[in-house]
Parts: sequence; structure tokens; C-alpha cells
Amino acid sequence: MSLSNYLNESTISLNLDAETSTEVIRHLGEKLFDAGLVKDSFIDAAINRELTFPTGLSLDGDINVAIPHTDVIHVQQSGMAMAILTKPVIFQNMEDPSEAVSVGIVFLMALDQPHAQIEMLQEIAEVLQDQTILQRLMKVKDIQDVINAFVEIKK
Amino acid sequence: MVGKKRILVVCGTAIATATVVSKALEEALEKRGFSADIRQCKANEISNFAQEADLIVTTTPVANDHDKPIILTLAFITGIGKEEIIEQIIDKLRA
Repeated sequence: MSLSNYLNESTISLNLDAETSTEVIRHLGEKLFDAGLVKDSFIDAAINRELTFPTGLSLDGDINVAIPHTDVIHVQQSGMAMAILTKPVIFQNMEDPSEAVSVGIVFLMALDQPHAQIEMLQEIAEVLQDQTILQRLMKVKDIQDVINAFVEIKK
Repeated sequence: MVGKKRILVVCGTAIATATVVSKALEEALEKRGFSADIRQCKANEISNFAQEADLIVTTTPVANDHDKPIILTLAFITGIGKEEIIEQIIDKLRA
């Protein structure tokens, strides 16, 4: 199950208390940097990309998601980091950058080549299309709960 | 005999959402017995690719300087309104 391969204690932030999308991206970017997955240019690049091509997704339920990422040149190795926020943070809507989306879960993706990682991306798409999984993620108590939630998807 | 229709899938960085959209679009069209040539590009590269497309499907707003039909949608990522968008796309491909 590819998502649970990328997620562990060093790449999951439970109960992240942040005020802005920039803060969330910086926090998750630092995790990816510490894990050796991205270069030091990644964090600023992801923050800047978010400002021009935002990644907030307005979904069919109470929980919205953002999927920040940036160009492959800033990435050493593909992976992702994930944050479950204690309170919603505004990301602008990918489809309409003037619109604010109140986001509860953020997946920061490190992609080392274009058009690769199709499985990881499709699994993220599956997760965000399922409010039941998103609700479950918002209620997790520990890292293992998160990993279990993703393992369940494949069944 | 008209050649295969060409769809240009566009997103901000053309690595993440465009990848998901292209795959989902390909599968959705196949299910309905359609096939199309699908290419991807970034929003700021659109001028280089638009000439050779019959339809542009994008996840982020782009200017319509290219005189090609444009569909702006997140349906292939969020699942919301997917069936309607597929119908719209097929209509454009048939036109």
C-alpha cells in the first residue's frame, strides 16, 4: 500500500496548530528535509508555488484538503508528509484562486519526476474522495491510527 | 476519416494533478469506448502546446488566448461532478 510506505513518525504531524498555509507547508517541508527527501530550496519553492497555483481542494463534505507540491528539481526522492490540523487553515482554491478553502488535512508531496508516482497520487485522490476516511483521520489518536486508516483503503 | 482527438491536460506544475487527471480521463473515456491523445503541460507552457490540441482540460484557471475549448475542473481529483464533466468532454470531442 504505497501511502503507508511513505508515512511514519517522521512524516506525519498530528494536531498541528498553525495559522497560515505557509506555516503548514514550512512545518511539513522541514520534516521532508530532515528525512533527506528534499533539497533546501524545496520549502520556499513550495510556499511560492502555493501563492501562484494554490492547491486547496473544496470537497463534498465537512473536511477539505490541500495538496501542496513543487517542481521536481527541489526533490531528492519521492515521498510525502501529512498534517492533521487542530483548527482549519485557509488555502486558496486550486480551481479558483480567489476563493478561500478551510482545510483540515494537508498532504505535502515531494515528486522527483513528472508523471511518476501515479499510484501515490491516485491513492491520495481516493482518500480525498472519501469523507469517511477523512473523518477518521481527523479523529486519530496516534501515528499507528493514521497508518491503519490508509492500510484499510486497499482492502 | 478524422484522426484521434487530442486533449491537453494542464495544471500548475504538471507533475501531480495533471498526472491524476490524465489517467482518470483516459480510463473514463475508455469505459465509454473513446480514446484520445492526452498530453500534459504546465499552465505557463500552454502556448507551446495549445495549437496541437482539440480540447484543453485544466485544473487551474488559464487565459483563453488559444481559441480552443477549455474545461476547468477538479472533478477527476475530487470526484465531484465527474460524470457531468465526462459528458461535457465527450460532447466537445464529438464536435
